[in-house]
Amino acid sequence: MAIDNETVRRIAFLSRLKIEDDKLAATEEEFNKILHWVEDLNEVNTDNVEPLVSVNENNLTLRQDAVTDGNQVEAVLRNAPQKEYDYFVVPKVVE
Amino acid sequence: MTDLTKLTLAEARKGLKNKEFSAVELTKAYIAKMDADRDLNAYVCEVPEKALAQAEKSQEKINNGTAGEMEGLPLGIKDLFCTKDIPTTACSSILKGFVPPYESTVTSKLKEAGAVFLGKLNLDEFAMGGSNETSAFGPVVNPWKKERRLVAGGSSGGSAAAVAADMCAAATGTDTGGSIRQPAAFCGVTGIKPTYGRCSRYGIIAFASSLDQAGPIAKDVRDCAIMLKTMSGYDAKDSTSANCPVPDFEKFLHQDIRGLKIGIPAEYRPEGLNSEIAALWDKGIDMLKARGAEIVSISLPHTKYALATYYIIAPAEASSNLARYDGLRYGNRINGTHLDDMYINSRTAGFGKEVKRRIMIGTYVLSAGYYDAYYLKAQKVRRLIREDFLKAFEKCDVILTPTAPTAAFPIGDKSMQENPITMWLNDIFTVSVNLAGLPAMSLPAGLNKDGLPLGLQLIGRSFDEETLFKAASALEEDINFKGMK
Amino acid sequence: MSGLILEGKTGKWEVICGVEIHCQIISKSKIFSGASTHYGSDPNQNVAFIDAGMPGMLPSLNEECVHQAVKTGLGLNAKINKYSEFSRKNYFYADLPQGYQITQFRYPIVGEGTVTISLPDGSTKDIGIERMHIEQDAGKSIHDMAPDKSFIDLNRAGVGLMEIVTKPDFRAPEEVGAFLRKLRSILRYLETCDGNMDEGSMRCDVNVSVRKLGEEGFRTRCEMKNVNSVKFVMQAIENEARRHVEVYESGGEIVQETRKFDALSGQTKPMRKKEFAHDYRYFPEPDLLPLVLDDEYINRIKSEMVELPDAKMARYVKDLGLTPYDASVICENKEVAAFYEKAAKGHDAKKVANWLMGDFFAMLNEKKLELKDSPISAENLGRLVELVTTNVINGKTAKDVFALMAETGDNPEKIVEEKGLKQVTDTGAIEAVIDEVIAANPDNVAAYRAGKTALMGWFVGQVMKASKGKANPGMVNQLLSKKLV
Repeated sequence: MAIDNETVRRIAFLSRLKIEDDKLAATEEEFNKILHWVEDLNEVNTDNVEPLVSVNENNLTLRQDAVTDGNQVEAVLRNAPQKEYDYFVVPKVVE
Repeated sequence: MTDLTKLTLAEARKGLKNKEFSAVELTKAYIAKMDADRDLNAYVCEVPEKALAQAEKSQEKINNGTAGEMEGLPLGIKDLFCTKDIPTTACSSILKGFVPPYESTVTSKLKEAGAVFLGKLNLDEFAMGGSNETSAFGPVVNPWKKERRLVAGGSSGGSAAAVAADMCAAATGTDTGGSIRQPAAFCGVTGIKPTYGRCSRYGIIAFASSLDQAGPIAKDVRDCAIMLKTMSGYDAKDSTSANCPVPDFEKFLHQDIRGLKIGIPAEYRPEGLNSEIAALWDKGIDMLKARGAEIVSISLPHTKYALATYYIIAPAEASSNLARYDGLRYGNRINGTHLDDMYINSRTAGFGKEVKRRIMIGTYVLSAGYYDAYYLKAQKVRRLIREDFLKAFEKCDVILTPTAPTAAFPIGDKSMQENPITMWLNDIFTVSVNLAGLPAMSLPAGLNKDGLPLGLQLIGRSFDEETLFKAASALEEDINFKGMK
Repeated sequence: MSGLILEGKTGKWEVICGVEIHCQIISKSKIFSGASTHYGSDPNQNVAFIDAGMPGMLPSLNEECVHQAVKTGLGLNAKINKYSEFSRKNYFYADLPQGYQITQFRYPIVGEGTVTISLPDGSTKDIGIERMHIEQDAGKSIHDMAPDKSFIDLNRAGVGLMEIVTKPDFRAPEEVGAFLRKLRSILRYLETCDGNMDEGSMRCDVNVSVRKLGEEGFRTRCEMKNVNSVKFVMQAIENEARRHVEVYESGGEIVQETRKFDALSGQTKPMRKKEFAHDYRYFPEPDLLPLVLDDEYINRIKSEMVELPDAKMARYVKDLGLTPYDASVICENKEVAAFYEKAAKGHDAKKVANWLMGDFFAMLNEKKLELKDSPISAENLGRLVELVTTNVINGKTAKDVFALMAETGDNPEKIVEEKGLKQVTDTGAIEAVIDEVIAANPDNVAAYRAGKTALMGWFVGQVMKASKGKANPGMVNQLLSKKLV
């Protein structure tokens, strides 16, 4: 499956990354090379093979319902690039 | 006094116990070595004051008989482990200035056992790379043939180089596709990636969650056993950590390996395999045979698909794991008019080329219309790869292979820089193990004609690191790599 | 009941509607962290590091959220899936710290079910439940604190949600209204969600489409997110359906999109369009293993289930003789039903129901009181009814006693005793009063005896007045008829 310029732009946006227009062609080419390479997998017959989600064969263990965390506003906000009144602050979100 | 930095963990532990030297003296010796070899670029953050304060506390504990299992032993920590109040960056600009208000489970366990942290070690950005060249702090220089400026391997390049250069007694590493084993091989040290679930991933910056596993890089097999024991164990904070007992791995060293079945996979000897590596592998086989182990030919038929499978699954998980680096709550932010501009600006400036490449590939293989063809397909092949191993382990107890297809290569190697796939091919012998979730160890097995170390890899059954240590300690004794330096 | 039919220029149109309801799970701590779920705390007070998407932090599933989900699934008469799986839904948003929402996608915990709704005309209808899954809530963005900035509070981030998805079974806004009330009632009975739409603990997304009456298949639907009251939901559906009819009839096409409901105008309008469509890139959450439940677990929850509104209603009709309507009114609210059962215990259940739904609710309304703050206890209401049924007081006096009970909180016997309101049932005493009245009004007696029998009511009134309302009206009637003949 070869991908085009528009797909590269879409994937970049979904990834929230910017690719300068003059780099689009090179990125597209590199992408196609990589995808072509991984498409070797199509040689493998995977009929009736269940996807492997986890190598861990245990079941999920559950946590007891108790308040054991929180009340650490300072620590939560310590690394924030911008904060006010104990909130994280970002440029205006337009809905 | 002998150079304390040359001591293994086991030797240093004994020396401290016998009061041959103090924990402070030991730490000071390492701090001096860190100063002397700063040009290797192994550390990205040094904390000598904290280390000395910790060493003093350790000495008190040694004096009053309350010493932990790793009391006073100076370690380097891969900068992928979150360390409370010590900057943690994953060697990415996007985490510039990030100081975690929490400690990873593995480093907590090491601390509780009394280990002294010297600083944070360099790695490929977010552990994505095989040469440590994607680090925002620049590449690590391999201490072997330093003047030739070779890579230390990756992603745990700083860990392997620091151990090899005696800049720490041992180091933590993480391994997603070979990130402990390959740099250990390149730097002539020993490293083990334990079974998936053996060590808690809590507090380790995630690359690919279903593959990531922490492990030690150390001077020898025994040191790996000492450190792995402390690092391991169930952690309720990591749902994927395994609730099973942690054996005392040291007990499995220097045991009789007669009758142990060593599997040799045909698929790991592709046409064009480096002849020195092939010869070294044969030598390893002969050594084990001479000790009475039984050599068994095995087949891992889906080996040739492991890299492609890995380079779908790992980027897919990474694309999602790295979505949180958006400049909002921590790390580097570059503002924009709108929220999306802020995201795009911060991420575009904050991530390096390789990380961006993998995020985009991961985004693509998960996107609508492509999921089944790529991600789901890869998950199915992943099962086949795992089943290959399960079948093989019906015939053998442990598998012996080379660790990497080459020795360390020069920093800035053109063919690797130009074609990412060439770089990724380095992982050819290591990724299957991560896909299957198995434990594997790399130990130095000899030097090539240029005098560079090469490694052999032992692969074990799930949660059977014991057999791995058993085989590794025999092999280590026969190889006597220390005698080659 | 037939659905809403819109009369268009080209003919009759039918409304098709399905809903997705997000219900906050009642639990002490969040679904994947130990932070409190408390509503209304100071900003970012209830935030664990995982809730802020800090590097290396991992989710661990709260057992109570699973328990609550299974309970709810059983309450929706739905299939409980013993195997379910968590997935990541990837998108960037300011209040989504990890850059993905942990939800369930391919394998939800609850499968198909049914909810029976009662409609105003007395008919019932079964609404199909497609599925229900559990997931984490997002934080809150506050846009009105500054002109150029948004503020992010993560207290809500990670609170457990149940998302209930119905089949497109609704044909009228009233049906959706009835469903929402019924669902809220079930959730409150189960105590799995408090169902407050105004506080956002129950949020409704509506899918609306229309089709020509008799047409097969579905046309394009539009989604309206977070419509926050039953009234607005109904309004949004009707207006959106009318919009579709208008578009179709003027030759246009409906595009599938998400629209915003504006409560002021009652109209819907499209959300701002992004350059690229959403692509959530769902994939299995590698940080959590599959959730596997066994029969024993599910059966234990089954055995702990409370009686739900439908079962309770049926019992009230069958055993207590209430009309289906009365039963449905009382059963909608668990506390009301519990109050009723307490009040009715040992007394005339139908009369208690009449008092409850009449004077009692009117009193609460007038005093603006919650049921739990009622000055009249359930027991006292029952005892008041008992005083009437056993002829201790008559119906009129009972109203006065009720008013005094509401005033003082005293029990009815005490009030009757203190105020001397006991009904006079002594034949002799009543006869004496009747005799006085007859003696004082010879003209009317004559008129009555001459055939003006309508005067009977007047005589009863006179006797009651003379007895200060305490005479038993039935006996007065009976004795008067005898004496006046």
